[in-house]
Amino acid sequence: MHKLMIVDDSNILRRKIERMHDKEQFQLVATAANGREALTRFKKAKPHVVTMDITMPEMDGIACISALIEEDSDVNILVISALSDKATGIKALQQGARGFLCKPFTESELTDALIEIMEP
Amino acid sequence: MAEVIMEESKLQVFIGGVTHYFTQNDASNVVIGTPYLAENCSPAAFDFTGIIGIAGPTRGCVYFSAPRALLRHLLLSMGEMETTEDNMIDLVGEVANTISGNARREYGPEFLISVPVMMRGAPDAIFLPRKLRSYVIPVYWKAYNAAVVICLQ
Repeated sequence: MHKLMIVDDSNILRRKIERMHDKEQFQLVATAANGREALTRFKKAKPHVVTMDITMPEMDGIACISALIEEDSDVNILVISALSDKATGIKALQQGARGFLCKPFTESELTDALIEIMEP
Repeated sequence: MAEVIMEESKLQVFIGGVTHYFTQNDASNVVIGTPYLAENCSPAAFDFTGIIGIAGPTRGCVYFSAPRALLRHLLLSMGEMETTEDNMIDLVGEVANTISGNARREYGPEFLISVPVMMRGAPDAIFLPRKLRSYVIPVYWKAYNAAVVICLQ
């Protein structure tokens, strides 16, 4: 079972990912509404997988990815963002994210994206 | 501040964005009305509005405004059973954020979008300069009306 943390400033998005994720493979251990909160909760919950929004108050997703990778270089980060240009996706991957899922997404798209980033 | 006459392809990005949002959230059969220009002194607005400020070479705002009944129904379609006012307000922000973020596919990464600002009713003059006009994209879903409004310079 992989430990999952959800980072998004939207409550309905956090709850959507919480409802949709495959509960046989992933166990939700923490949620956060911005990058700063994510850093604090990451240290306590030690998740293996993080879904990460980009546009958030206080600390955005790009800055948070770098900080999480510094904390644990093995963490698997899936960016889930509405920012659909290639440059944003490339920047997220350069910072250490392993995948990118564009909002809005379906349940099967989320499942596939989470499985894909867990592949060795 | 100069007003921008938008190319059809640019307007189409926002039309495609709102259609895609509803479709992906199990809320099909959304119908988009004919876009029109409206004076900002009498802006299109419903119960709740989510506004995204746009910075960079293109400046202004994009907002999504909808009535309570539509938002409640859309939350249920998405599988969200808590149809609280907080979640409705969150939803207008998320729709505006998604439509604006998706527009970067056409406008590129220099189309800088803010975090959403949510409010009741119409945006004030800070977001919507009263001397300008905006493009209003009417959105019809089930028995409800909503609008995506674009004010860019």
